[in-house]
Amino acid sequence: MEISLAAEKIGHIGSLPVTNSMLLSWIASIFLAIMAFWASLKVSLIPTKVQNFFEAIIEFLYDTANSVLEDEKATRKYFPLVATLFIFIITNNWLGLLPGVGTIGIHEISREGHEVLVPILRSGNADLNMTLALAIVTMIAVQVFGVAAIGTFKYAKKYFNFSGVIEFFVGILELLGEFAKIVSFSFRLFGNVFAGEVLLVVIAFLVAYIAPLPFMFLELFVGFIQALVFTMLALVFIKGAIQTH
Amino acid sequence: MENGLSLEIVQTIASAATITIGAIAPAVAIGWIGSKGVEAIGRNPESAGKVQTSMILAIAFAEAIAIYALVIALIVKFV
Repeated sequence: MEISLAAEKIGHIGSLPVTNSMLLSWIASIFLAIMAFWASLKVSLIPTKVQNFFEAIIEFLYDTANSVLEDEKATRKYFPLVATLFIFIITNNWLGLLPGVGTIGIHEISREGHEVLVPILRSGNADLNMTLALAIVTMIAVQVFGVAAIGTFKYAKKYFNFSGVIEFFVGILELLGEFAKIVSFSFRLFGNVFAGEVLLVVIAFLVAYIAPLPFMFLELFVGFIQALVFTMLALVFIKGAIQTH
Repeated sequence: MENGLSLEIVQTIASAATITIGAIAPAVAIGWIGSKGVEAIGRNPESAGKVQTSMILAIAFAEAIAIYALVIALIVKFV
C-alpha cells in the first residue's frame, strides 16, 4: 500500500512535467466544457429536464452568493468567479472517487529501489499545487474586486492605516492575514481531499467489501462541503473587501 | 541493538501524536460553535439562515486547524 504525498509525474510536455492529478483536472475541465455546451443547446422559457437540472445548480449557487453578499448588483458582478470555483472544485472532488482513479497505474522502480505503483489518475485537488493555485487566484481576485469597488486609495487605507499606532499594527496584521488566508485555503482543500483518499485506500486495504461504503458516502459529502466552504469563504472575503467598513 | 530509537519508530510515534493532540482543540471548538449556533437559532428562529451561514463558516475555519495537524502528520510519516 503506497501513499505518496506529492502527486507523481507521469509524463512531460516539452519541459513541463505532467502529474496524474493534472491529468484528472484536464479531464474535469473537458467534462465541464461538454456539460456547458450541452446546457446551452436548447434554452427556452419553459425549461426542459436538462435545462431544469442546470438551472437548479445555478439557482442554488446564486442564492448562496446572494445570502452572503446581500446585494443583487454585487452578486451579479462576482457570481461567475465563485460559481466557477464551486463547480470546478466539486467536479474534481467527485471525479476523484470514480473506480480506477488511484488504482490503475504503471509499475515503476522508485528511488529507494523497490517497486511502486504510480497511478495514472489522482484526485485533482489532492495536489497541493492545484489548491495553491486556486487559493492564489481567489485572493488576488478579492484584492482586485476590492480595488475596483472602492478605489485604490481607500482600499490601501485598510492595510496601511496611519491614524494611530495600534491601528497601524492592526493594518499590518490584516496584510499578513491575507497571506495566511492563501495558506489556509490551500491546505484546507488539499488536506480534506488527500486525507479522504488516504482513508479510502486504508479502508479498502483492510476490508475490501461493504466496509468502504460509508466512507465513500463520507467522501461524497466532504467533496461537496469543501467546495461549498471554499466558495462561501471566497464570498465572505469579497464582501469584506468591497465594504468601506 | 542500535543506540536509541530508529527513524521509522520516531516517525510513526511523532505522526500519531501530532494528529492526536492536534485534533483535540478543533474538536472542542467545533462542538462549542455548533452548540452556540443551535442555541442562537432556537432563540430566534427567523435568523436561522444568517446564523447557519456564519456557523458553517466558523466550523470550516476551526476544522482547517485539524487539517493542518493532519497534513503535518502525513508529511512526517511519508516524507
